[in-house]
Amino acid sequence: MSSRAEVWLFIAQRASALVLAPLVIVHLATMIYAIQGGLSAEEILARTQGNELWGAIYGLFVMAAAIHAPIGVRSILKEMTPWCGRSLDLAAALFGVLIIVLGIKAVGALV
Amino acid sequence: MTTETSSEKEFEVEIWRGRASGEFITYQVPRRESQTILDVVSYVQRRLDPTLSYRFACRVGMCGSCAMTVNGVPRWTCRTHVDFVANDGHIRIEPLRNLPVIRDLAVDMAPFFDKWQRASGQFVPSDEDNRETFAQVAPDSRERQEADAGIECIGCAVCYSACDVVAWNADYLGPAALNRVWTLVNDARDGGRRKHLEAVAGDAGCHQCHSHQACMTYCPKGINPTAAIAGLKRETVKSVLRGEL
Repeated sequence: MSSRAEVWLFIAQRASALVLAPLVIVHLATMIYAIQGGLSAEEILARTQGNELWGAIYGLFVMAAAIHAPIGVRSILKEMTPWCGRSLDLAAALFGVLIIVLGIKAVGALV
Repeated sequence: MTTETSSEKEFEVEIWRGRASGEFITYQVPRRESQTILDVVSYVQRRLDPTLSYRFACRVGMCGSCAMTVNGVPRWTCRTHVDFVANDGHIRIEPLRNLPVIRDLAVDMAPFFDKWQRASGQFVPSDEDNRETFAQVAPDSRERQEADAGIECIGCAVCYSACDVVAWNADYLGPAALNRVWTLVNDARDGGRRKHLEAVAGDAGCHQCHSHQACMTYCPKGINPTAAIAGLKRETVKSVLRGEL
């Protein structure tokens, strides 16, 4: 991969981390708040379904994770295993697509 | 040279003998005042076993030749006192990590210096720099201060030996080469900015650094290559966003 492409990956991973950081805090804080008093999954879904704000927040979460995670996993595999080159780049890209597909499906069920 | 006497206090030193495979041999060495690790190794080579291989030159912390691993830590041995590193009076001396061992304590420095070349660590004269014009460099300018922070490197490879990323990725350029490039990027007289940044932005370059800061921790000259690498990350990002890279 070219020097320019490597720098773009670096930028994409840092930018997606900036988006993820507040969203993870919102996610954790909401989860901790929501389960106080024994709220069930059904009751949570009853509150989130039809709520476009939660759909937007978790949709953004999925997109940021789909950018952030494959770049990180690619770096870890390059450092910790002999795997490198085009096949690794392709596998990382497919991992990103998988996160988008599964994530959007999950967000669809939530809202 | 101090005359040896039978009443001199001695201590045990384990020294690596061999190449990639080998063993530690224990020697008894007399304890002296202000004794350095290089003194210890020299004593063993001159008095106990002349086949011991090691490297040194200046003995005063200028040449960067004598770095070894002492009790698990990379150090310049000519300026490392036994008092400072002796662990319960015990010393273990090994060759530097991350470099091929030629024999005993001498490592092959070629991969280390090859990476200075690959990182574009050479000064590139600016087109504007000729006999008629002379670069005016303000000593207190930010760029000059950034360059000044890194130019005292003696090329001892202590940082390279301490770096975990080099251990994981043999292609990684390493702290010293990247620090060198950062001094050039900040040199007003250098005309190779794009060439330098392109060389360090690849998949073995500055973006692979994990900022563990082992290079900074162990650099005997007090240089902070992690900060230099962070600077290169910023400059490469700016260059890409401006379309210059």
